[in-house]
Amino acid sequence: MKYQLDATNLLCPMPVIRTQNRVAELAAGDTLEVHCTDPGVLHDIPAWCRINGHEVINQRREHGVIIITVKVSDD
Amino acid sequence: MDACLLQCLNPQTQENLIHPMTQRKAVALISGGLDSMLAVKMIQQQGIHVEGINFFTGFCVEGHTHAIRNRDQARPKRNNALWVAEQLGIKLHIIDVIDEYKDVLLNPKHGYGKNMNPCLDCKGFMVKKAREWIEANDFDFIITGEVIGQRPMSQRKDTMPVIARESGADDRLLRPLCAQHLPETLPEREGWVDTSQLGAITGRSRHEQMALAEKWGFKDYATPAGGCCFLTDASYSRKLVDMWQHRGSREYSLDDIMLLKVGRHIRPNQRFKLIVARDAGETNYLKGYRGQFTHMAAISHGGPMTLIEGEPSSDDLELAARITARFGQGRNADRVTVEIHPIGGESMKLSIPPMPASEIAQEWYV
Ligand code: SF4
Repeated sequence: MKYQLDATNLLCPMPVIRTQNRVAELAAGDTLEVHCTDPGVLHDIPAWCRINGHEVINQRREHGVIIITVKVSDD
Repeated sequence: MDACLLQCLNPQTQENLIHPMTQRKAVALISGGLDSMLAVKMIQQQGIHVEGINFFTGFCVEGHTHAIRNRDQARPKRNNALWVAEQLGIKLHIIDVIDEYKDVLLNPKHGYGKNMNPCLDCKGFMVKKAREWIEANDFDFIITGEVIGQRPMSQRKDTMPVIARESGADDRLLRPLCAQHLPETLPEREGWVDTSQLGAITGRSRHEQMALAEKWGFKDYATPAGGCCFLTDASYSRKLVDMWQHRGSREYSLDDIMLLKVGRHIRPNQRFKLIVARDAGETNYLKGYRGQFTHMAAISHGGPMTLIEGEPSSDDLELAARITARFGQGRNADRVTVEIHPIGGESMKLSIPPMPASEIAQEWYV
């Protein structure tokens, strides 16, 4: 299943916390597209994924919004 | 072993004898600094499974908050707690405690430090949250990077037992860096960790920590001056108290405390305060609040975004426009046009003379 999370206008670490809490509710194989405006997420969400065994499968910018897609692992 | 003999032993020792290979698990309070990093490493070396926990109070010093300002863009935009966890190869659980933390800040049983930092209550609160976490997640004990005598309030030999007691963690709280100077804890007593392999560090000198960092190859670690949060900062604390006084209430939201980290805060009278961006990075950040605040910026010249908090009169808005113009590129012009967007009202343009720096009273700066 594909899910979205709005973390725009939040400063780190709030987008990471929101991602972490949402991922905890998802199943392995689900994807979560996180929308953010703090460029700090470009570092923090991938770091959080590496630590926790999840995968960043896409990263792009649209109209000033950073969109990071996380694939949930069963870790 | 004889069943009767087994029953004479305490439950943990019984467990150790029945399941000698049980992997013990500890959770570490990770601030993002060197001390907690070393504490984790020390415990990992004894074969303990460690995971990290980091509490976000809203007041934490974050690389990104600094990075809002242009001049700080060169700093690494990293979250130090995540970075530490990655170096150590441990999981990190970041917990939002913004709401619960209000009671710690507003009603600290042990009072404040030099500024608005309630360090002793804060540490007790965080260890209590960690204690609840280990109970919910079936972990065995908690570790912190505290060192006796390092901090005037929370890291003294007489206050360390207070944290252990008031958090309810008691002997499940181990401070590996100075464990040899402290009473034995559960993991030491049960033989899960060997005290002789733990530290005996005391005091404010950082030599021993730096030697350990060198030994374990830790480079590039964060060295936050003055502590891990904005509450230890005199200027930030002053702005916080000013906000409470002028609202007549000590309530606060995350937006309130984030905005105290940004811009020049200028209060010309009791009715209102300006938050004037100091550069384009801050202007960008303040733009995110346009829907919640009356705001203004020069349109005839380049210049900062200003948010207005409070109940300004129309004369106050003109004064605010003159101050805003003072911090823009039109500061030496005869007149600057400033566009004002009152919250819930029609926007308007004012052509005003920028206020000379000498007319902005020093006491207006919060
Ligand atoms: S410096 Fe801030 S986060 Fe650290 S113990 Fe003191 S109040 Fe808590």
